[in-house]
Amino acid sequence: MVPPAAAAARSPSPPRSSPAAWRVEVFRRADRDDPAGEHAAAALAELGLPPAGRVRAGRGVLLSPRYAREAVERIAAELLADPVVDEVRIAAPGTPPPAPPSALHRILVAARPGVMDPVARTVEDLLLRLGWRPAAGGPDVATFRVLELSGALAAADLEAAAARVLANETIETVRIDREDLPYGGSFPAAPRGRVEVPLRAAGAEELAAISRRGQLSLSPAEMQAIQAHFRALEREPTACELETLAQTWSEHCKHKTFTGPIDYVPGPGEPVERVDNLLRSTIMRATRELARPWCVSVFADNAGIVEFDRGWDLAVKVETHNHPSAIDPYGGAGTGIGGVIRDVLGGGLGARPIANTDCFFVGPLDLPRDAVPRGTMHPRRILRGVVAGVRDYGNRMGIPTVSGGVWFDPRYVGNPLVFAGTVGILPHAAARKEVRPGDVIVAVGGRTGRDGIHGATFSSLELTEESETISSAAVQIGDPITEKRVLDCLLQARDRGLYRAVTDCGAGGFSSAVGEMGERCGADVELDRVPLKYEGLASHEIWVSEAQERMVLAVPPEKVEECRAVFAAEDVEATVIGAFTDSGRLVVRDGGEVVADLDMRFLHGGVPRVVRRAEWTPPPPVDLGAPRPADFDAAVLALLGAPDVASKEWIIRQYDHEVQGTSVVKPLVGVHGDGPSDAAVLRPLPDSDRGVAIACGANPRYGSLDPAAMAACAIDEALRNAVAVGGDPDRAVLLDNFAWGNCDRPELLGALVRAARACYEAAVAYGAPFVSGKDSLNNEYRIGGETLSIPPTLVVTCLAPVPDVRRAVTMDLKRAGNRLFLVGRTAAELGGSQLLLHLGREGGTVPRPDLTTAPALLRALAAAIGAGCVASCHDLSEGGLAVAAAEMALAGGLGARIDLGAMPADPLPAGFDPDPVLLFAESCPRFLVEVAPPAEPAFLRLLAGVPCARVGEVTAAPVFAIAGAGGAPLVRLAVDELRRAFQGGFQG
Amino acid sequence: MSARRAPRGGVRAIVLRSAGTNCDGETVLALRAAGAEVDLVHLNALARDPARLAAAAILALPGGFSYGDYVAAGRVFGLEIRHRLLDPLHRFVADGGFVLGVCNGFQILVELGMFEVPGASAAARGIALTDNESNRFECRWVTLRAEACACPWLVAGELMPVPVAHAEGRFVVRDAETLARLRANGQIALTYVAPDGGPAAYPDLPNGSTAAIAGLCDPSGRVLGLMPHPERNLMPWNHPQWTRRPPRAEGEGLSFYRRLVECAARGAPSAARTSSRR
Repeated sequence: MVPPAAAAARSPSPPRSSPAAWRVEVFRRADRDDPAGEHAAAALAELGLPPAGRVRAGRGVLLSPRYAREAVERIAAELLADPVVDEVRIAAPGTPPPAPPSALHRILVAARPGVMDPVARTVEDLLLRLGWRPAAGGPDVATFRVLELSGALAAADLEAAAARVLANETIETVRIDREDLPYGGSFPAAPRGRVEVPLRAAGAEELAAISRRGQLSLSPAEMQAIQAHFRALEREPTACELETLAQTWSEHCKHKTFTGPIDYVPGPGEPVERVDNLLRSTIMRATRELARPWCVSVFADNAGIVEFDRGWDLAVKVETHNHPSAIDPYGGAGTGIGGVIRDVLGGGLGARPIANTDCFFVGPLDLPRDAVPRGTMHPRRILRGVVAGVRDYGNRMGIPTVSGGVWFDPRYVGNPLVFAGTVGILPHAAARKEVRPGDVIVAVGGRTGRDGIHGATFSSLELTEESETISSAAVQIGDPITEKRVLDCLLQARDRGLYRAVTDCGAGGFSSAVGEMGERCGADVELDRVPLKYEGLASHEIWVSEAQERMVLAVPPEKVEECRAVFAAEDVEATVIGAFTDSGRLVVRDGGEVVADLDMRFLHGGVPRVVRRAEWTPPPPVDLGAPRPADFDAAVLALLGAPDVASKEWIIRQYDHEVQGTSVVKPLVGVHGDGPSDAAVLRPLPDSDRGVAIACGANPRYGSLDPAAMAACAIDEALRNAVAVGGDPDRAVLLDNFAWGNCDRPELLGALVRAARACYEAAVAYGAPFVSGKDSLNNEYRIGGETLSIPPTLVVTCLAPVPDVRRAVTMDLKRAGNRLFLVGRTAAELGGSQLLLHLGREGGTVPRPDLTTAPALLRALAAAIGAGCVASCHDLSEGGLAVAAAEMALAGGLGARIDLGAMPADPLPAGFDPDPVLLFAESCPRFLVEVAPPAEPAFLRLLAGVPCARVGEVTAAPVFAIAGAGGAPLVRLAVDELRRAFQGGFQG
Repeated sequence: MSARRAPRGGVRAIVLRSAGTNCDGETVLALRAAGAEVDLVHLNALARDPARLAAAAILALPGGFSYGDYVAAGRVFGLEIRHRLLDPLHRFVADGGFVLGVCNGFQILVELGMFEVPGASAAARGIALTDNESNRFECRWVTLRAEACACPWLVAGELMPVPVAHAEGRFVVRDAETLARLRANGQIALTYVAPDGGPAAYPDLPNGSTAAIAGLCDPSGRVLGLMPHPERNLMPWNHPQWTRRPPRAEGEGLSFYRRLVECAARGAPSAARTSSRR
């Protein structure tokens, strides 16, 4: 126990008065379990803090002091506390809560002013609806969390607990053994109206200072272009205009690197090539050349749209939300998924979301605490936070999260990556949108606040030690229920034909949404009509705020009232904020005063194109041969338990992957529901057996060694995962999501050029067009003079129709006596493999699919699955045959006998040991396929011409036995051992 | 008491939704597949016109996160109904209507006191659905067993595989007397069991519920609430192991909804049958 004197000494006596509000604290009764308290205790123990006796977790609410005590007691009893499991403490305004029964440390955590608090909003709305108002004013609800810890805890321990586990001080404020909770606080109000920024006379240094001070992230060339534009206009720009240009021209919105000119040196001493527009010349070119008629809308809208079945299309989008997730993992990942859901809601005239995906790239979970760089969080905290963020947003929206993955590497410690995707379904007739002059601009959904200012420009900067303080305003807190209400009403309005176009308010807020919708005509906006969460925002803040859960509609004037009524019926605000015009200008007024008046052509076409330099120097080849593990049994178990491979069940089961009732192949399958599926299959239409497979592919370990091979492998992996469950490769479509370091560095841009070109080649070879994608550059973390850059990372997402879901296949072994076939050729490709990672070796040859044969292999296997010849099927990826076969065995609760000598393989280079190659190489595409004896002839007929050999069989005895290339026993493990190794990792 | 019939002689069901309801789509499909005529109605619309209830035989409260489940699961929606629709709801049940609450719908029915002694105050509530023992959201398939109970359309002893997906599904009681009352009244309708019907431990018992209780009915048997989601097991390939099993025509959840609709079509159970259980 800390003596009171010491407690008092640790901070210079701040005001300790309790807030001028009624305080209600709700705890679990002492005789009930307190899971949240136990959870906090476990987190503190993990942090290495001295064990607290018991940790109790409470929820607190502050209410208007104008309530009578009886009213507060009623609110507490009927709304805030459960009569069976909870106990309540009430404190009058200005008084501390009743002293707890024993001496305890109390840690209070409350949201900072201006940070969204959906719980407080919900309580306040309900109190108003029920008519439970105070004597005067509003209920004025605020919430906080309480943790009560007993035990000998020093002040420093309590502060560490608050900082590292219990609170996120970027968005929350903490009180340790103090009761002075903030209440009714506000932030300094900014003046509304026109603010001119003197720019015309500025020199280069002054221009740079203006960009920096305003967090505009505009380059010198861009600032000069703006200066020249306004010199020609003979006036200064306004703050609103500069902000609009900064948002619209940001790397996040404009993809200047991917679409700009690049001088590329493909190798040392080779001549420079000019790449005019990398996106158009690679990713989009593949789509253009393939010209698939079922691609309805690609690279044109918020989401890619493809035909599906019976007059329905699918919309799909994957986004990153990396920098916000680094600073606030929970809020960042939640708003990441919230944003990509809105992209699909804003795709065409709006699609109903049917599935979410999530891919995370984080630092090692066993990173020593003292190796966590200043200003960053431990990877465990980041991973738990992003999982919880996706869980709470996706589950509340009622969208199943069905596919994804987690990858670990020390280079993600300072800059984790969070990819979130959404698939939606919409009528084919609703796939296109248009804006006409005269259409009314209607904002629907959440109100606008100071949350999320400068997200677009922030994401275009590198992260530094100071990021978490300077950019706290860039963090948004999501309110999924507001978004769900928008979804419910939007689809009704869509089906009644009440609007002509829709887009979401994402990066750049209204400035981007209205600016993009009105690009070809013009728009007039009146900011004083925008509903605000609170007063005090400057005009430009309203204009660029990225407050969540907002969409913008273009509504024909005669339909405005009906449209508003649809939203009002379900308590959603729909507000007219202006109109689209034919002026070709973006005009913004506030209180009648013009605060921005920009030429659309300059806004969208004025950004100067800067030539960037790219170089590629292949890393010197490191021939590691094929190192032989000392003990193959131990190596198999180690690989099954390796972080990239081990079971992610603790994540998957926190996501509602069953909601909507469409799941056919679940993320976990098999006898015990513990086998990792290659892909999810959904059947989205109630009257059709056509399904859709959703799969991902990524491997950043390959990217460090060979970005082109990585890109081809990621595409192959996404496709083969989809094919493994029954997807049709002939109708598959792809999404590319690049996350790269700073592309001002020629070698990183060179790697990007190589990867993008490989994407083109692979997409064309497989006949699978890209329909959407995104790039997130500048993923680095600077601390002092040192920069930590992420490895080149590409996530490829694949959607493939499953012609008949009754023919879908899962990866669990089905029946003893069935035969096992290895489809695909194995080569001496151990570079970037889990085996070499396990052995601590770096180098070697990275796998690369043979694009002349791989597409036919995928088609042949798809035909065999479609013909019903396949009992189970699993793709070979990280860990090679060893991991795939082990996963199939543990999922099926059956044994397997496999003979490496029977595998189809390329001749090995001299001196290569065949056993590690055959067992652990990650060559692709390859599958392990289970075939029942009666189906074998048909299977072999369909696989004719494809490398395919019978390598073993399924056994009733639960033993996993592998014979080496020479025929001698190499691996012999009980299936239970496999399961324990696979499930023995981090459990959250 | 006569059952309310839809035009063309079918059973009319209302699926009630509000902000954050998210299993309304599959609930509508389930009831339609089971033969009912279904109206999906927003709370605001029903509160404006509660007489719509009188035309229905079934009221379904689907799963979701009503109002975000902020404060506690089902709390806010429960208060909304308590203050806007409680009398019409009680009248609906008294007149022979059937009420089904699944997951969040069950949590709402518990908040409304539908399984309590009639007339008990909100503060005297004896049961609660609270945080799972694991303190985590749990999405997994479990096995339910129908118990001998007042609910006229469950078949005692029958096993049903269904998914759960909740963070606050742990059934607890205020005291032993409450549990005894529920037993005596035939209110314990569904329990979690192991797939072979034996006693369930985690994860077959996904939330740590007292007496492994997954679902309750009211003493009349016409109000049923359960945490798991039978409407997510309508199709033959919804089952997590369908690829390991012989082909079949439908998921077990469809017969659950079909029996509800058939029972509602026949009308309320006889007074003798309900009273004999008291």
